Order: sequence, then C-alpha cells, then structure tokens
Amino acid sequence: MRALRVIFYCCLLYALPAHALTQADLAPLVGDDFDAKLTLVDKLGESDDKAAKTVLQALSDGNLSASSSGQVVLSQGDTYVDAATGAPVTVNAADLQDVVVNNRMHRHLDSALAGLSLFDADAKIRLAAAQQLAGHADAEFLPVIVKAVKREQDPKIKKLLLQSQAMILLDSTDAAQRKEAAQILGGSDSPKVRASLAERIDKNAQGSAIETDPAVRQAIVKAIAKIDSSMAMAEYLARIFSGISLGSVLMLAALGLAITYGLMGVINMAHGEFLMIGAYATYAVQGVFRHFFPVQLDWYLPAALPVAFIVTFLVGVILERSVIRWLYGRPLESLLATWGLSLILIQAVRTIFGPQNVEVANPGWMSGGWEVIPNLILPYNRMVIIGFSLGVLLIVWLILTRTRLGLFVRGVTQNRKMADCLGVPTSRVDTLTFGFGAGIAGLGGVALSQIGNVGPELGQSYIVDSFMVVVLGGVGQLAGTVAGGFGLGIVNKFLEPWIGAVLAKIIVLIFIIAFIQKRPQGMFAMKGRTVDN
Amino acid sequence: MDMLKKLYGPTGWAAILVALVVMLVMVPVMALLVPKTSAFHLSAYTVTLFGKYLCYGIVALAMGLAWGYGGILSLGHGLFFSLGGYMFGMYLMRMIGGLGQYGSNLPDFMVFLDWKTYPWWWWGTDHLAYVLLMVVLVPGVLAFVFGWFAFRSRIKGVYFSIITQALTYAAMLLFFRNETGFGGNNGFTDFKFIAGFPVAAASTRAGLFAITGLVLIVALLACRFIVLSKFGRVLTAIRDAETRVMFCGYNPLPYKLAVWVFSAVLCGIAGALYVPQVGIINPSEMSPANSIEIAIWAAVGGRGTLLGPIIGAGIVNAAKSWFTMSFPEYWLYLLGLIFVLVTLFLPQGVMGLLNRWKRT
Repeated sequence: MRALRVIFYCCLLYALPAHALTQADLAPLVGDDFDAKLTLVDKLGESDDKAAKTVLQALSDGNLSASSSGQVVLSQGDTYVDAATGAPVTVNAADLQDVVVNNRMHRHLDSALAGLSLFDADAKIRLAAAQQLAGHADAEFLPVIVKAVKREQDPKIKKLLLQSQAMILLDSTDAAQRKEAAQILGGSDSPKVRASLAERIDKNAQGSAIETDPAVRQAIVKAIAKIDSSMAMAEYLARIFSGISLGSVLMLAALGLAITYGLMGVINMAHGEFLMIGAYATYAVQGVFRHFFPVQLDWYLPAALPVAFIVTFLVGVILERSVIRWLYGRPLESLLATWGLSLILIQAVRTIFGPQNVEVANPGWMSGGWEVIPNLILPYNRMVIIGFSLGVLLIVWLILTRTRLGLFVRGVTQNRKMADCLGVPTSRVDTLTFGFGAGIAGLGGVALSQIGNVGPELGQSYIVDSFMVVVLGGVGQLAGTVAGGFGLGIVNKFLEPWIGAVLAKIIVLIFIIAFIQKRPQGMFAMKGRTVDN
Repeated sequence: MDMLKKLYGPTGWAAILVALVVMLVMVPVMALLVPKTSAFHLSAYTVTLFGKYLCYGIVALAMGLAWGYGGILSLGHGLFFSLGGYMFGMYLMRMIGGLGQYGSNLPDFMVFLDWKTYPWWWWGTDHLAYVLLMVVLVPGVLAFVFGWFAFRSRIKGVYFSIITQALTYAAMLLFFRNETGFGGNNGFTDFKFIAGFPVAAASTRAGLFAITGLVLIVALLACRFIVLSKFGRVLTAIRDAETRVMFCGYNPLPYKLAVWVFSAVLCGIAGALYVPQVGIINPSEMSPANSIEIAIWAAVGGRGTLLGPIIGAGIVNAAKSWFTMSFPEYWLYLLGLIFVLVTLFLPQGVMGLLNRWKRT
C-alpha cells in the first residue's frame, strides 16, 4: 500500500503542470475536505514553482484566507494579494474566512516546505532543510530525497540527506537495502538515529524481534557501536572543556587568595565577595550602557573590566587599611574578621541591589558556540573566559616577576623583617598587593557574571572551592594555584556525570585530605628552612 | 574532696550551685506551677528559647575547649552538632509512628519517596538507648577518623580550619539529597513523642530544659577537669608552641586528637538536646556560616576561658533573637561588626573585659 502511494506521488511529481499556479489549483483549500487539502499540500511540495512555496509558507503561518467567492488570498499586513498570482486584490476583510489547518496538515506542511527548500539555490537554506528532514523523514519523502541527493554538491548536506534516506530505507522490505542503510547510519552522530536503530533490534510488544534478518541485525549493532564511540568522544572532550573553564574561574578566584596569604598570612574569607562585587560592577556598567549608549550595548563588557578592577581594588585597599592590617600574623583571627566583613558586604549589596539575582546578559558576540565536531559545541562565552583567565594570569606573572612591586612582593613574602630593613615600604606593598588581589577577583567576577547567576551569595558558593585550590596548590605560588585550579575543575567535571555533583565534591574533598597527608605544603611547596613557632 | 577544691574555689562552687537550683528547680516551678496570670510565669516559648541558648552554650564550651586551649579552630563544629541532632531526630521520627500525614509507619518523606522499608542505617533507631549511644558515637568516630588523618600529617592552623569548613559543606550537600534518607531539604520535623511524653507539652519542655542545664554544668566541670590536669597543661603548651613541645619529647597527636574528639562529642550531645526542644533539624544547620558563628560565640565570650564561651553564646544569640525580630535587615550588619570588632579590639572577649575591670 505504502509503495503504491510512493509511486502515486512520483507520478504526481512528473505530472505536475508546468504552467503557473492558478486559483483553480488552490480550490481544495476552501472548504473542509482535509484529505483534499493534504493532497494539495503534498502536490505543492513537489513543485518547483516559487509561488507554491509562498502559498505553503503562508498556510503554515496562518496568513491564508478565502473570500466567499472562493478566491484564495494572502494577507500581507493590511493589504491582500491573490495567492496564486501574487497580484494585489481588493477584498472586504469581513468577507474573508481563514483557511483552516489541522495538526496533520501542519506536519505535512513542514516537511513539504523542507522538501522545497532542498532545491533552493542557497546552500544555507538547503542545509537547514536537510537538517529538518533528518529529524522526521517519512517514506513519502524518499523520491524528493533521492532527487536531492543526486543534485547535491555540498558534502555535508549530501551526508545528511543520505542519512535521511537511510533512515527511511531502514523500513524497506529489501534486506540488502536495510543493511546498506544501517551501514550508512553508522556514520551518523545523532542520538536520534541511535534511538531508531536501537528500536529496530529491540523486541516488539509480541516479544519477537522487529529486525529478523541476522545480517541486518549485525550491521545495526555495528552501526550503534560506531555512533556510541563518536558520541562518547564528543562527551569526553566536552567534559575536559567544561572542566577547564570551571578551573579557569577557580584559578582567577584563588590567585588573589594565594598571593595575600603568602604575603601577609591573612586568610581572606571575604575574597568571594570581591568576585560578587566585580559581577555587580558588570551589572552596573551594563545598566549605564543600556541607558546612555544602547547602540554600543554589546561592548559594555570590555568597559566593565577596568570598572570592576578599580572598584574591587578600592574596596580591597579600604578593607586592608581599616581592618586587615591589624591582623597580620594572626591567621585564625583574620579568618573570623574577614568573615564578618563578608557578611557586611553581602548585606550591603542586598540593601543596594535587592536580594534577588540580577540579570547580566551575554553580549551578542559571546553568545552561540563553535561546533568543533558534531555533538561538541564549545560556547563562545566559556572560550572567552578561558582566554581571559590566561591573559590575567600572564599579567599577574609579569607583574610579580618583572616589576619593582613584584620584586617587593616576593621579598616581603620570603622575609618580611629583612625586606623592611632593606628599605622596602612593606606596609605600602601590603596595601597594594591586597588591593591587587581583590582587583583580580573583581575581574574574575566579570567573567563569572557571563556564565552564572549574579546574586548577593555569588561569592559564598566559590569560597570553599577556591580555598581548596589554595590548599592543593600551596601558598604563595602561582604555578600551584594554576595547577590546583585546573586540576580541581577538571576532576570535578569528570566525576559529576558519574556520581553527581554532591558526591563529586565529597570525593574531591577526601582526595585533598589524602593528598595533604603526603604533601602538607601543597603541590608546590615554597623552599625554605623556616620552622613555624 | 581535693578534686572538688581543685576545680573551683568556694565562690565558684556557690555560683554553680545557684545555677543548678535555678535551672533544675526554679524554671520548672515557674513554668509549671506558677499560674499563667502571674508575672513570674514562664511560657513554654521562653523555656524553649532558653533551652536553645543552653544547647548553644554547650557547643560554645566545646569550641572554647578546642580553640581556646588546644589552638584548634574548627569551622565544622556545626557538623557534629547536626549529626547528634539527626541521630536523635531519627529516634523522634520513629516515635511519630502512624501519626504522620500519610498514616504510614514510615516517616512522611519516605512515603513520598515511595520507600517501602527503613534503610539499613535506620536500624535500631526506635530504641532510645541505642540512639543515645549513636549520638555520642557517630560524631565521635567521624571526628576521630578525620582528626587522626589531619593531625597525623600535622595539618594545623588555617589549613585545618578550612578543611573542616569544607567537610561540613560537603556533609550539608550530602544531607540535602533525598536519597541520603534524612528528609532532604526539610529534614526532620513534626515530632510527637519523646520517651512516651508528648514533645510539645510544657512539662516535657521544662524537663528537657533541666536536663540541658545539667548537661551543661557537667560538661563545664569535665572541661575544667581536663584543662587543669597535666593533660590540659601539655595541650596548652602544644597550642602555644607545637614544635617545641615535640622537641621536648611529646607527641602532640594523642593530645590534640583527644580534645578534638571530646569537643565533637559534646557538640553531638548538644545537638541531640537541641532537636526535641526546637522541633526541627535540617541540613542548613551544617552550613559553613553556622559553624563559623559558633567560633564567634567563643571569641565574644573570651578564648582561653571556659565560662566565657558559654556567656558569649548567650550574648550573641540573645542579640540575634532580638534583632531578627525587631530589625531583621540589620542583623547581618551587626553580626559582621561583631566579628570584626571582637577580633580587632576584644581579643580576650567579655571575660577579658571583666578581668580588666576587676583588676582596676
């Protein structure tokens, strides 16, 4: 029966009149005979006529109406044109009745439109059509697809079309055709294809296998394995990528922490709040751009970087001058006092911006992603963040190793008294370094605002993790912080899909405890001969 | 007798006696026998509120012992407190019996998860004695294992604090999950009976209050005993100069571990007393913020003393109750300020102030 229908449509394809579309062709659209309407839709779908496409599109969008005299017209805003010829017509709007489309027709419409687009001159439209067809190819489309495959030059589109063809042929009565289809489908990487393949070798309700031919079964099993391995590869890479992007954020958060602890022996629990302030600064800059320079809105992000850095730098300097400098060498107390500061900062932000999360949008050039291989899309915003973190890291490294301030910082970290005796203005170095560390966290906040929620508790959720980075990496060591950050990020993301985010956190914690059994000073211990107390 | 003399002087003992009389006699009498119309009547709410403070007092005492005398600043004491609370909460959940929303023998949240039987870790929780044992054992064993690994590799100072914080954070995440079998987000609540007495009755409340007070006094005496013994002296020496003590031939591990485990067990007991009085336990008790607040109670009261932390817990929590009722949006500002000002200007806490005032 199905074969008959296919033959019928094939005949239609060639029997279709070469003459332009007329009102008489559209007559079935008026009235309630849905079978006639369906036939017309399918017929139009096979035609090469531009007008046919317009009619189908209008039908799909619900812009087609019929006058009481049976004329089918297309509404274009306030004016109407003849659906068949495109000539403007004057009709009484009250006289018109919408052409009714039911669900079944919608499905046919979509596919018919897709089929038409397969022959479009624009490769992009053809690709989109091929992708749509791959989703739900019905046997009715086999002739169109066969025709399109023959004509298609673009390898990517051709592959898609071949797969759609194979999907249809999987239901073929010819075992050889089914086997070939399965082999073609093995080159696919779509979970949908995998599902329909798996369906074929599954048992049906009666308990007997759908696919009875052993050779075809084998081919299907092989194809599934092939799809699985290509999907696993993509997932594996995606996991590494998201691990790296999490790690780069952790690294930004932990950098300032590690530097200030190494330099001043102060554990800054309010460090997470610098991230939060940086993110809110981004939000504020976005608001300013929205209000004053709506045209350049996409460029608010670069403008937010200096703002966030300066704001957090200033907050850091104020905190250092007022509170933290009195806590040097008393790390346990510094822990409590900075926790108090973080409470105050959080509550202050709540008072100013409200307790709800605020909305920070990705600029246009950061949305979307790059499809490296099928099933692996790397979002631009995460790529930008990784690049950005590495850039910040480079700057920090340059400052620490190539500038006078950096020399002072390293000197004071190694031996505060000696540096003091040699004329290093230690207290100014402390203030600047603390502000600098806060500023880096502020930059991290800008990055975070692009990938997560911005709310008053933003910093709290990162503080435990960034401390873990410091513990793992060792104090006052750039290399340790980098390795700790990326290591933790990747391990976290790898464990998550298997055992869930919570257990992953717990396992990471146990791992860290086990790790510092072996190396209490972290991965990169500072060399020295000092013994504390 | 010598022992008693050594622990406290005559004034000290008199004060403890007064406290005992107040908590064990006066409060129950005022709550139960004094008529409601009288100005001396204590409502069940007040009794519960003060019972809560006493529980916090025990926790603060435990913190004061570990931090003030052992130099071990734990930011995870909320975990041991909650574990004790959860252990006792399991018993209270069993005592609800078929009186839950769904009339099932299982707690409501298990019915909700479509569980048919109690998971194995609920075994025996319908026996009070077993649960009381677990209240001590679970926090104790966890503290022992964790402490043994941490102290053995000489993790101390801020490193230790941070890792304990991560520990309680991880535990919080774990308890938030429904599959853990502890009621997820909502935790345990809607208790009905404790050892056959209705939980909400005024007499039960007064009884629990008295027991809490008694536990607090006993814990205080025990801590005092520890601190004054030779063990306590070595402990204080380790706090001040661990490396030097090691050079003198002492191994710090057993000292730190013992005081750490004892402190954790005290917290567990406090948690077990807390749950029936407050009537709820949920994972937010394990949040790092709660644990760090415990440290500030001890700091406000005064480190290096035992009475101080108890007083500190009372002051901070009374302020919290009052502020969260009158000016809820300012409480965090005040709490933050307490953290900052106490560390900057009152390193000896309230007890330091009192001592200074006594001297002049």
